[in-house]
Amino acid sequence: MKLFRFRGGIHPPTRKELSADSAIETMPLPERLYIPMQQHIGVPAEPAVKIGQHVLKGQLLARASGALSAPIHAPTSGWVRAVSDFTAPHPSGLPILTVVLEPDGKDEWDEFPLPKDPFEMPPELVAERVAAAGIVGMGGATFPTAVKLGGATNKHIHTLLINGGECEPYLTCDDRLMRERAADIIDGVLLILHGIRWGRAIIAIEDNKPEALEAMRAAAKGYGQLEVVAVPTLYPMGSEKQLIKTVTGLEVPAGGLAAQVGVLVQNVATAYAVHEAIRHGRPLVRRIVTVSGGAVRDRRNLEVPIGTLVDDLLRHCGLNGEPARLLMGGPMMGTVLPHSMVPIVKGSNGVLALDRPELPQGGASPCIRCGSCVRVCPVGLMPLELMKRAQANDLDAAVDYGLSDCLSCGTCAYVCPAHLPLTHYFNYAKGELAARAQQKRKTDYTRQLVQARQARLEREAKAKAEAAAKRKAERAAKKAQEAEA
Amino acid sequence: MTTPISGPYYHGQRSVRGIMAQVMLALVPATVFALWQFGWPALFLFAITLISAVLTEALSLRLAGKSQRVFLLDGSGLLTAWLLALSLPPWAPWWIGVVGGSFAIVLGKQVFGGIGQNLFNPAMLARVALLISFPVEMTRWTAPQPLFSSGAPGFVDSLRITFGGGADLDSLTGATVLGHSKTELTRGIGLDVSLHDVYTPLDYLFGLSGGSLGETSALLLLLGGLFLLARRIITWQIPVTMLATVALLAGVMHLVDPLRYADPLLHILAGGLMLGAFFIATDPVTSPSSGLGQLVFGAGCGALVYVIRTWGGFPEGLAFAVLIMNAATPLIDHYLRPRVYGRNRRGTPLSYTAEQLGREKE
Repeated sequence: MKLFRFRGGIHPPTRKELSADSAIETMPLPERLYIPMQQHIGVPAEPAVKIGQHVLKGQLLARASGALSAPIHAPTSGWVRAVSDFTAPHPSGLPILTVVLEPDGKDEWDEFPLPKDPFEMPPELVAERVAAAGIVGMGGATFPTAVKLGGATNKHIHTLLINGGECEPYLTCDDRLMRERAADIIDGVLLILHGIRWGRAIIAIEDNKPEALEAMRAAAKGYGQLEVVAVPTLYPMGSEKQLIKTVTGLEVPAGGLAAQVGVLVQNVATAYAVHEAIRHGRPLVRRIVTVSGGAVRDRRNLEVPIGTLVDDLLRHCGLNGEPARLLMGGPMMGTVLPHSMVPIVKGSNGVLALDRPELPQGGASPCIRCGSCVRVCPVGLMPLELMKRAQANDLDAAVDYGLSDCLSCGTCAYVCPAHLPLTHYFNYAKGELAARAQQKRKTDYTRQLVQARQARLEREAKAKAEAAAKRKAERAAKKAQEAEA
Repeated sequence: MTTPISGPYYHGQRSVRGIMAQVMLALVPATVFALWQFGWPALFLFAITLISAVLTEALSLRLAGKSQRVFLLDGSGLLTAWLLALSLPPWAPWWIGVVGGSFAIVLGKQVFGGIGQNLFNPAMLARVALLISFPVEMTRWTAPQPLFSSGAPGFVDSLRITFGGGADLDSLTGATVLGHSKTELTRGIGLDVSLHDVYTPLDYLFGLSGGSLGETSALLLLLGGLFLLARRIITWQIPVTMLATVALLAGVMHLVDPLRYADPLLHILAGGLMLGAFFIATDPVTSPSSGLGQLVFGAGCGALVYVIRTWGGFPEGLAFAVLIMNAATPLIDHYLRPRVYGRNRRGTPLSYTAEQLGREKE
């Protein structure tokens, strides 16, 4: 198959060897599970349980709220102990509404009706079941999968692209999943194809995962509609836009969606979740998490119930002393954790406890305009120029230099010899841009209200004046009549 | 420094200091060879230029209230002075080094706000300032007199040359091949005569020729440049287009009138072109940052070098060419940006026809 090259990109040390050889293990049930109501892009789910209530594994804990949302299910059987605020897995450490579950130790599944042959069921039922199972993009983006599938059936999709890139350093959860559960992933891919009424899928895997490639090729054998492709190891290959370019040669138009170029992208772990949901009726209540980093004693790939605390994972794997930094996700695009008392959510693909020598050394110094960032940017931006605009808070100029096109992939900051936190500036500017857009909407709305009031007052004043004029005329007429009489 | 909330928490471990150190490393072979060629006076001038630059940089940083540890040790000031020293007449008096070194740092770099902020290449700015202010001292060249060879000045004599105003020495009469041929042309003497006995390409390749320290061995400078390319400190765009443009223009003009216009090889090997193409025009701060911009910049430098050498008032035009193109860098960077993913060259989002997308469904 002919592959294409996206511009830029880097080859950071993958450090996947730390955990790539550890088979997936089941994380023992912790004492408490903390299940946040927001684990997806969109509106938070609404709790559907009462405190003290006993729930079975897979039972609904919270309903989806609106079109862009996802329901949340119980990761094990047990009692609801609290529905209250708890720290979210976000650098701010701000709290979010969370259901606290105390496992009863039985890990007893709820009963689900299963289709005899899912390929016999009407295609639209696939998206429906995926929605009911609370499946979101498992690569980290956490966009509700059913919304993506629902959109896909109405559009001209020519390729279902399954993302097995896993280009973030350290992470090996998708690698292990592909090695160990290839047949289930392939089944999930076929189910998604059934759901979007289309026959062709490409499974793209970076060529630094030969075992995963082999396993997936073996599992895909006999399915003419599936093709497993080795793509070059190049960060950020796992980014949706870069993968589409590599495999199809097409570029998603700026500001547009993948569907516009006829491609639907799903992560391998998402395909696996679809298989679990439709074949076995199991909602998304657990995921595979890589626990790695220099500060971790036994680096592992664990199958973890959603809501398990990072602290439980670290205690299970052991630490060699205090980690210098704690991350959720990979070191390129992951988020820093304020502390370890935060739960694993649907999008958590890794927990990294890093040692000081693994972290960037040295502080930032002025830009020497070396242009390294321009050479490696996978989008074609000039990060050094963009940074100047972001620093000056000149948002219009920043947009002109491609702020909205920036992926925040961190490639520029990785190569910067001056150690400038470029991505940090861009994310700040994006936040400001969003705030400004919101402010503008607010101002526009206020202006509309003021104008409407003005118009109403004018109308009323006019009506009053007319009425007064009319009365005056009547009075005058009456007087004239009286005078005549 | 506080932890940024946004990643990456991963770094390629490259540093500004590392880059400067590697550029200086690439300069070592050519510099050592040139110092050996021109003996003690050249060594004194080289040391004086570097020391003046470092001292004035330390003073500037102190006045500006900036960290000396960070900015003095990044090596950028040292590299600037190094490049300047390579562009000076090797037996120039000590004060040329002092004035040049401090001018480069103070007026070439620190007044703009320090590293990364200057519009013009500080070494070339200082060279041009010296050339215009002290034309006599700046155009007195000497033929190579290798260290410890017979006829070469000893240590004490050398001290007199550098510090004692030894400008009346007879040896300081040689002109560079570019200067010599230009002067002869004005007297109506063609290149066939004027270059005879003066120019042998191999001498220029290996560096057995008169000129500034950085005009000696084209070969060693080329090797240093290739090292920088291999280490990805510089990119190919500027050196290649710059050398190619000079060679192309020289080739065309040489075909037109070989008596009047020197052949491309002379233009490439003589003068400061090799140093300029790999070490000076590629200065990251003052050259464009996109590949396309670098192509334009390199071609512009090359064209200007040739035009000034051939039709200008000075025999060598490298410093002027680089400075003029430095001034154009912001403009180049503004207009020549890379194409953005999902957009065409003009910046509008891409649109595909149904055919391009191979839509067969429905």
